[in-house]
Amino acid sequence: MSIVDVRHLAVGYEGREILHDVSLSVDQKEVVAILGANGSGKSTLIRTILGLVPIGRGEIDLFETPQRRFKQWARVGYVPQRLGAGSGVPATVGEVVASGRLARRGIFRLPGAADKTAVRDALTDVGLLDRINDPVSTLSGGQQQRTLIARALAGKPDLLVLDEPTAGVDAASQEAFAAALGRFGDGGGTILLVAHELGPLRPLIDRAVVVHEGRIAFEGAPPEPAGHHAEPDHDHVHPHAVQPTAGICEWAPTDRMAAN
Amino acid sequence: MDLFQYDFMMRALAGALIIGLAAPSLGIYLVQRRLSLIGDGIGHVALTGVGVGLLLNQSPVLAAVIVSAAGAIGVELIRERGRTSGDLALALLFYGGIAGGVVLVSLSDDASSNSLIQYLFGSLITTSPTDIALIAVLGALVLIAMLAFRPALFAVCNDEEYARVSGLPVRTLNLLMAVTTAVTVTIAMRTVGLLLVSALMVIPVAAAQQVTRGFRSTMVAAMLIGVGAAGAGVVFSAEVDTPPGATTVILALAIFVAIAVGGATWRMLRRRSHPPREVEPPDVVLQEA
Repeated sequence: MSIVDVRHLAVGYEGREILHDVSLSVDQKEVVAILGANGSGKSTLIRTILGLVPIGRGEIDLFETPQRRFKQWARVGYVPQRLGAGSGVPATVGEVVASGRLARRGIFRLPGAADKTAVRDALTDVGLLDRINDPVSTLSGGQQQRTLIARALAGKPDLLVLDEPTAGVDAASQEAFAAALGRFGDGGGTILLVAHELGPLRPLIDRAVVVHEGRIAFEGAPPEPAGHHAEPDHDHVHPHAVQPTAGICEWAPTDRMAAN
Repeated sequence: MDLFQYDFMMRALAGALIIGLAAPSLGIYLVQRRLSLIGDGIGHVALTGVGVGLLLNQSPVLAAVIVSAAGAIGVELIRERGRTSGDLALALLFYGGIAGGVVLVSLSDDASSNSLIQYLFGSLITTSPTDIALIAVLGALVLIAMLAFRPALFAVCNDEEYARVSGLPVRTLNLLMAVTTAVTVTIAMRTVGLLLVSALMVIPVAAAQQVTRGFRSTMVAAMLIGVGAAGAGVVFSAEVDTPPGATTVILALAIFVAIAVGGATWRMLRRRSHPPREVEPPDVVLQEA
């Protein structure tokens, strides 16, 4: 069964077309990474899939239902790039993660025992249960990112959609993140993520899709990191032995430092 | 406390306590989404409603509720759509609101500057039993809506895009908040006045969050501070003969300063007594993507 099916999608902002004729299908239990340089349109692609950006032309099906008529949003867990702009009103880790239950519970019911258990389970999964009563503003960037994945996992989704989950995240958090995603995948979950670099997530990825200038430039096994693109701790055995394909050369960003 | 033998003082106190409880329960959401000053803007628009009410010889409070609710919905629709242009549109709406109010009030039969002052700075003592009944009913509705929908409103204010992807009725919740803001502004205009209305929504929240760690605890603390400041403001103003609205706001500010100073001192003392804390909470700076 196809969980996400994008057919001939075109999307534009204010008259400028960002995505041209993109087709992409994600099957059940698949882990797909969308890669690309900044401005390639990779974030726009998943934001359109999630309904945050209107579809220009083409069609998107979620769980074999046209997105316009799709109502089972509890089946989708979204992990944004960053915690929404902190405004100064404190919120605890537990309160943020509890938001993840609303899709399942609806807005008219008060949280019950099942909600509490799900919040604790999700925080256990990302290794932050001991921080449940701490204000999120006291967490490190990586821990905040893990809070966001816990929020998505608390809703017990079938599909996780992550926007650059590991950008600017410390190594320990990246490992915890990868482990939580791995368990989600082992439990039958489908994952679609946008990434700039894969890092410790790489072993999880079944298929990589490279977006370049609003089109799909490459689709297949996840590419080896290019020389200048490798992690500092990456096992860098044969950086130039493998001849990179043209597609990979094109998308490997050269502006990594400026990116974040 | 002989003053409270008088019915008008009891009504003034009841009105103040209701507002003191309801205003921060809404204000916390406005502060969370960085709309601390929206109450002020809606207050400007409500003045046009007062003018319409006086001109048509209808209840100014009712007319103000309707006009400011329409204004608040307009603001929300502009906010939802735009970015920079929204800011300018808001300014136009607010200045139009206050200018319209001043012109309409001056055209009405009750064209004394006194009637304008009454709405701008509050006039609890002249509150009629009908007004109090209206304030009580609307205040209770605001309170119930803000408490019952807390998880959903928190989600929308904390991360609107996430709420959207969760399938929450984000637009309906935003409009609920807009209308609630208008209602709160209008019922508070008798207590603190349109020019000080935002203070009761924002200052108790600002005071509470100096020492709280979570959203729910901030909400509870802000409501307690709001009720305390409003109640003490009425009593104090009656004793020393100052305007109750401004007195309430000064008291709320004093509570803010006391909590801020007290909280900072406590943190400093605690740090001194337990210096080797293992993990110092970092000041996390979230940069925009």
